Amino acid sequence: MSMNSEGRPTTPNAVTTDEHKYESFSGHVGLRLAEPLIFEIGSKDRTGVDVEEIDGFVSNLGALERTGGTGCPGLAEPDVVRHYTRLSRRNYGIDMGVFPLGSCTMKHNPRLNEKMARLPGFGDIHPLQPQSTVQGALGLMEELSHWLMELTGMPAVALSPKAGAHGELCGIMAIRKALEARGDAREVILCPESAHGTNPATAAFCGYKVKSIPAKENGRVDIEALKAALDDTVAAVMVTNPNTCGLFENEVREIADAIHAAGALFYCDGANFNAIVGKARPGDLGVDAMHINLHKTFSTPHGGGGPGSGPVVFSDRLKDHVPLPFVVKTTEGLVLKEHEDGDNDPSFGRLVAFHGQMGMYVRALSYMLSHGVDGCRQASEDAVLNANYIKACLDDLMTVSFEGPCMHEVLFDDEFLKGTGVTTLDFAKAMIDEGYHPMTMYFPLVVHGAMLVEPTESESKYNLDQFIRSMRGLAAAAKAGETERFTGAPYFAPWKRLDETQAARNPVLRWSPEAEAAE
Amino acid sequence: MRYLPLTPADRQEMLTKIGVKGIDDLFIDVPKDALNPVIDLPAHKSEMEVERHLSRLAAKNVPASSVPFFVGAGAYKHHVPATVDHIIQRGEFLTAYTPYQPEIAQGTLQYIFEFQTQVAMLTGMDVANASMYDGSTACGEAVMMARRVTRRNKAILAGSLHGHYRDVVTTMTQYTEDEVVSLAANPADPHGELKAVMDAIDDSTSCVVVQNPTAFGEVLDLRPVAEKAHAHKALLVVVVTEVVSLGLVMSPGEMGADIVVGEGQSIGNGLNFGGPYLGLFATNQKYVRQMPGRLCGETVDADGKRGFVLTLSTREQHIRREKATSNICTNSGLCALAFTVHMSLLGDKGLTGLAKVNHARAQAVAKALSGAGVEVLSKRFFNEITVRVKDAAKVVDALAEKGVLAGVPASRLYPGEGFDDLLIIAATETVTGDDIKALVNGLKEYAA
Amino acid sequence: MLKFTEDHEWIEYVDGIATVGITDYAQQALGDVVFVELPEVGATYSKGDEAAVVESVKAASEVYAPLSGEIKAVNHDLEGTPALVNSAAMDAGWFFKMKLEDEGELDDLMDEDAYNEFLASLD
Repeated sequence: MSMNSEGRPTTPNAVTTDEHKYESFSGHVGLRLAEPLIFEIGSKDRTGVDVEEIDGFVSNLGALERTGGTGCPGLAEPDVVRHYTRLSRRNYGIDMGVFPLGSCTMKHNPRLNEKMARLPGFGDIHPLQPQSTVQGALGLMEELSHWLMELTGMPAVALSPKAGAHGELCGIMAIRKALEARGDAREVILCPESAHGTNPATAAFCGYKVKSIPAKENGRVDIEALKAALDDTVAAVMVTNPNTCGLFENEVREIADAIHAAGALFYCDGANFNAIVGKARPGDLGVDAMHINLHKTFSTPHGGGGPGSGPVVFSDRLKDHVPLPFVVKTTEGLVLKEHEDGDNDPSFGRLVAFHGQMGMYVRALSYMLSHGVDGCRQASEDAVLNANYIKACLDDLMTVSFEGPCMHEVLFDDEFLKGTGVTTLDFAKAMIDEGYHPMTMYFPLVVHGAMLVEPTESESKYNLDQFIRSMRGLAAAAKAGETERFTGAPYFAPWKRLDETQAARNPVLRWSPEAEAAE
Repeated sequence: MRYLPLTPADRQEMLTKIGVKGIDDLFIDVPKDALNPVIDLPAHKSEMEVERHLSRLAAKNVPASSVPFFVGAGAYKHHVPATVDHIIQRGEFLTAYTPYQPEIAQGTLQYIFEFQTQVAMLTGMDVANASMYDGSTACGEAVMMARRVTRRNKAILAGSLHGHYRDVVTTMTQYTEDEVVSLAANPADPHGELKAVMDAIDDSTSCVVVQNPTAFGEVLDLRPVAEKAHAHKALLVVVVTEVVSLGLVMSPGEMGADIVVGEGQSIGNGLNFGGPYLGLFATNQKYVRQMPGRLCGETVDADGKRGFVLTLSTREQHIRREKATSNICTNSGLCALAFTVHMSLLGDKGLTGLAKVNHARAQAVAKALSGAGVEVLSKRFFNEITVRVKDAAKVVDALAEKGVLAGVPASRLYPGEGFDDLLIIAATETVTGDDIKALVNGLKEYAA
Repeated sequence: MLKFTEDHEWIEYVDGIATVGITDYAQQALGDVVFVELPEVGATYSKGDEAAVVESVKAASEVYAPLSGEIKAVNHDLEGTPALVNSAAMDAGWFFKMKLEDEGELDDLMDEDAYNEFLASLD
């Protein structure tokens, strides 16, 4: 018998593998590849694009021509691809695993939506092209508006706000404009203690004083306190529903009635609309304005912090005061109304240079069409089911802050860690070692050491069970006194905990050639 | 329902574990009569059906790449290398959240740090933030920042600031303490307009906001404006809506700007019918704590390894609440990544080269139009010029019928301000010689 | 004479000049202080006006003028070394010195025993 053999062993050598035993010569650690800043590897004289040479180029800029260049380094294409691929591998994303970041709704981002947004008919059209050449784009805006109005039961929508906070601004400006139009400018906006920080920031931006409303023991708005605070100086009340504790405001109708009885308007922060799409409509609950985060509820990607999109739906009370531009149906097709008609135009003005986040409109509509109204409802139900399942599987070991069913997210506090020496932050960092993105921590402010877990409808039961096993393991380890597992965590992430104090005391916000030369 | 992993059996098992009979037992807090409304919308569709539906809508639009295309005025058609779109679609970037857990978000944080540096270098400023919604909202934020820095509230907007930017600033500041004075545009006499700006500066001025190149394409020397503003302890805010110009035009920093805001769409980002775009915001080190928006800073981890974190976040809404510098809580992360990847491909060499090609194209258009008897108002420009034609809006519509997208009528940015006969024409590297011929032939017919 | 406010400021009053800082309790609650914004010398404040801002990584707090008067000096060391607020809250970490308009206002403030009692009541 003749044999060809490579002569290589096919089982590992019998030596202990201690990853700290050797340091690599390269600075890489296996697949964890080190990667400097672009400024440390690029060069001013290199480029990764083809540039046409202009024969006999002479500018007409004279003394205003830039001399000395920008200093920006370039790299050839293979190095650019490698640089950013290496960076990408230091990130955690929904594509990698469970991302239970409460209040942020990290659901699956379907790739069909990406493909649709890149159709040249959407991605390669200019906002100021003649309107006859963009009828399909205006049609898409019209169709998205229809879906948003039907799902919310509201008669009007403004698409242009660029994110949730921008949507809040849009809503409150419309409220102020409507109040001024009826000659009743007011001074105060009421926000519950549990509100997102953007709510008071937005109210202040619109010239209102902010007054805080306490929460009840059950995590809901204290309606008696609200009624006591409501008078003819109150312009609006901003309530998040489902609220930031993951609970539906069961007295929402009474809240709406009290607000309207006082002549004020009801702004609903719709950050958590994803729990009730298809199940309940804000329009049936007395809401006057609500923003919808397309990047949460309708799954446009978060992209590491934007771009978002925050359309606002309006009730009859506010529908005349929407911002410009908006789409109007005429006999000659769809027309974008871009400018005010004189000083008495009811619109409060223009919020952005163009028409908002078209790329996000396409993605959101693609998601809605895919799910259909039946799928949207099922998605809400599954999101709520998943959160309640996690709650049911953890409530013996961790402290659930509020009794009763939760919506799409479940809130824990740090009571179960009392006396262990482990903080919410430590617990979150230990989750990184478990291969999960931590939940939202220290928000909302109404409970101590908050941990807000939002699984979304994208997780299978298998994924949930794995996650629950991990959380139970951690909770048990904390109680068993394995403090260092937490206080030193993360141990297995590509970076250890970072020094935020140093970053803030001595801010280094850019690379600079001088700083590099000094090293 | 291809995006939902739970099976009916899973759902039943989970309901049992929770201890309820049906899913609606979890919605008991919703008022009974409001639960499960009848909603008149279509049912779910397959991927193929959705693609068909949306493709039909898309087909009703005329893409920029399919015709001779000269539309600019704040958004520009540039070639974006294929690499850019590949990188930003990597799931680790696309499906990440804001980097609140820096140990597992160094990819996002490092590119933001690179982005901040590139923007600072391009604008000639000390520092830049992690980006904002778009150029127009960044402009509004700059006005409010100038008020915080100077403790004065009168902002002067130059007339040739993009009309929509002016509108956005007016909207954003209508309920704040800011007082905004908008001057009249004078595209026929940019230097006269600049003098009017300088004359308006006094000791109550917080800032003067000037776009460069202007909305009409003219490149201005802002050094005298900076000098006058600084003599009155006011700030100069420079707005750049065509960021490729920074490859060829003296930087705002060198001209004496205190704040530079801009639209970064031109680098790395498509037209997308107006969004998502990329707001740029840069300033000098001494004002950094008054700057709105997110910032990424360098630090070390517990092992002493260099890393990056979001920093100076106490200025932001989630801590300061009603005292925040701005109500903004997102940046344009993925658009900033596209910008950074494209800039890393370009480098100084590529950007300068690209800027030259743009300038040369615009020179060619100006020359060809002058030769055809069309009055060209612009003297010193980058890649955009303003010409006089009778009833520009009608001309644009007529040429669109013929398959030429000739530019933006000035009346679309400044309705009712007497610019009905002005057409703003942009020419980027994507414009060919044939395109220019088509434009000139089209406009010749209408040259008054 | 050493006095305290319910906003966790301390006031040391000597020869018509009140030195103001934040208490050890306050600096602990804030965590690592990273930035202090000080008032301008010559500015006048009424009791309760916002006079300074102190920022840590995770919090920002206003420091109110505990008394009415004119700012005579500010602690420039805090601009470069905000960590002094943590390491020496009660002395080298002082914020500003005021010339008082009305010494009588001092009577409204707590003495050390009263402040300690106040702290004990907080938790």
